[in-house]
Amino acid sequence: MRTIRYILQKEFLQIFRNKGMLPIIFILPVIQLCVLTFAATYDMKNTNIYIVDKDVSKHTQEIIGKFENSSFFTITGIGFSEAIAEDEFLKDRTDAILVFNKGFGNNLDKREDAPVQLLVNSIDARAASLFGMYIVEVLQEYNTKVITTNSPVGKSALSQRITTSYNHFYNPEMDYISYMLPGILVILVTVIGLFLSAMNVVREREIGTIEQINVTPIKKYQFLIGKLIPFIVIGFFELGVGLLVAGFIFKIPFLGSAWLIYLVASVYLLTILGLGLFISTQTETQQQAMFIAWFIMVIFIMMSGLFTPVESMPEWGQKLNIINPVAYFIKVIRMIMMKGSGFHDIKQYIGVLLVYAVCAISFAVNRYRKVA
Amino acid sequence: MDQETKVIKVRNMYKKFGDFIANDDLSFDVFKGEIFGFLGANGAGKTTAIRILCGLSYPTSGEIEVAGFNVYKQRELLKRKIGYMSQKFSLYEDLTVYENIRFYGGIYGLPLKEIKRKATDLLQRLNLEAVRDTRIGELPLGWKQKLAFSVALIHEPEIIFLDEPTGGVDPITRRQFWDLIYEAAKSGVTIFVTTHYMDEAEYCDRISIMVDGKIEALDTPDHLKEQFNAETMNDVFLRLAR
Repeated sequence: MRTIRYILQKEFLQIFRNKGMLPIIFILPVIQLCVLTFAATYDMKNTNIYIVDKDVSKHTQEIIGKFENSSFFTITGIGFSEAIAEDEFLKDRTDAILVFNKGFGNNLDKREDAPVQLLVNSIDARAASLFGMYIVEVLQEYNTKVITTNSPVGKSALSQRITTSYNHFYNPEMDYISYMLPGILVILVTVIGLFLSAMNVVREREIGTIEQINVTPIKKYQFLIGKLIPFIVIGFFELGVGLLVAGFIFKIPFLGSAWLIYLVASVYLLTILGLGLFISTQTETQQQAMFIAWFIMVIFIMMSGLFTPVESMPEWGQKLNIINPVAYFIKVIRMIMMKGSGFHDIKQYIGVLLVYAVCAISFAVNRYRKVA
Repeated sequence: MDQETKVIKVRNMYKKFGDFIANDDLSFDVFKGEIFGFLGANGAGKTTAIRILCGLSYPTSGEIEVAGFNVYKQRELLKRKIGYMSQKFSLYEDLTVYENIRFYGGIYGLPLKEIKRKATDLLQRLNLEAVRDTRIGELPLGWKQKLAFSVALIHEPEIIFLDEPTGGVDPITRRQFWDLIYEAAKSGVTIFVTTHYMDEAEYCDRISIMVDGKIEALDTPDHLKEQFNAETMNDVFLRLAR
């Protein structure tokens, strides 16, 4: 135990003396959290729309008025030519083109079919389907209004039997930040932890001090625990700062228990740091360790469900995520913060992470060789 | 030197890396309190042998006992009894002199009180009290090496292994370094030292000269010079290594 204390003392001294690393460890994550949370949003606040109005009737004017009055749409232009409209598309000045052909208004008045053409820039398929839907909704609403006002039976002309009422649980305002911030926080904690631990033992190998350590009777577990604890402390610190930023800067609702997040984090960090130390014991240079850590990190992040829901991944992808600790922690931290899930709701995830933590650390201890 | 007590016993030690034989049938004894010089050209297999004796590397075969412990089975016990200073400098550059002493003393399990006492003592002897709280990185190489040597002795080992301890330092500092070695030897510590400075070889009680993985000669400097009919150790070495 005393031995571990001396290692801890040395590690902390070294961390706080490394003037190059300190801002990277303590300041950069906060900046990243703020910037990334604002930037990585799927909330669509604005759609540009170009309207080709060859009809110029009361109806088209009214529909255009609806788009103008909506804060969601910006009309980038109204013209008479599809060619000009398409040019707007190519220059990426508009996301959608709505075409009213001649006779549109007349047909509506005569209660005949009145087709409208909608062209949507679908490079980003997800976004395209969303704002396509919004545009159709606006048209639909107008359609309903025309039918009911012109009908002698009024509103009952529209036989709407099924009505749906929405209630958005757990994120009533459908706020994307509440969803993204916990995920980004997990990534930041992971990156710092994985990289610091992956570079640590191999650094001692590079400068030659590892030989001096290996020639002492120090136990392997003592050495690695001495290396682990400082990074757990740093990880906890980052997490704490992140949660404070979430609460005070972004004012994200926090339904669950912070203690529970810390409980999960402690198991999670053991996994990540164990993995990092494992990398560190297996590499010869810091450069190698960096590349391996980076490679693993990219896979973990891409598969984690941070940007794309895990549920919509192909089957093999979902299976792969069984071994992705990042996916578990992102899921659990969202559950705790947004739904207020308790220990019993997440205990199976803690269990899985615990298994990984034990595996990662035993691998690291086992693969760290005091003798070649 | 105590000719009776053997602190290192090596019989038929081999170390192979694939087809390459780094240590080829080494057999020798080292006595308590002796300064044992381990000479050889670069790549002769000195470092390989020293790493085996320190428990840092497995031998391929052979019977090896260091401080009474078997290097195959009792490496961790053995490590309490030995000190090691490698050619790759091994104090932490970003820690101060005292912090380094405290760390190494600590991982050998010394009580803090004793560490403090030893630190004061050690700095006094080296005349380095003024740099107690200076970072190692800011010190000249010669000072660092003297410190590294003293730190390697902090747990009072029976044997200290020095792998080219004076590489890259000036002749005066080398002389001072050897004073430290003599001082340690006088107190009963066995010194096992590799070098390729032939003047340093003259300071040793006995010398073994390795050529291509084998020990080609082993005796006192005077006997060796006689045997090879040479004026200096340098001539002995050149005759053997060619």
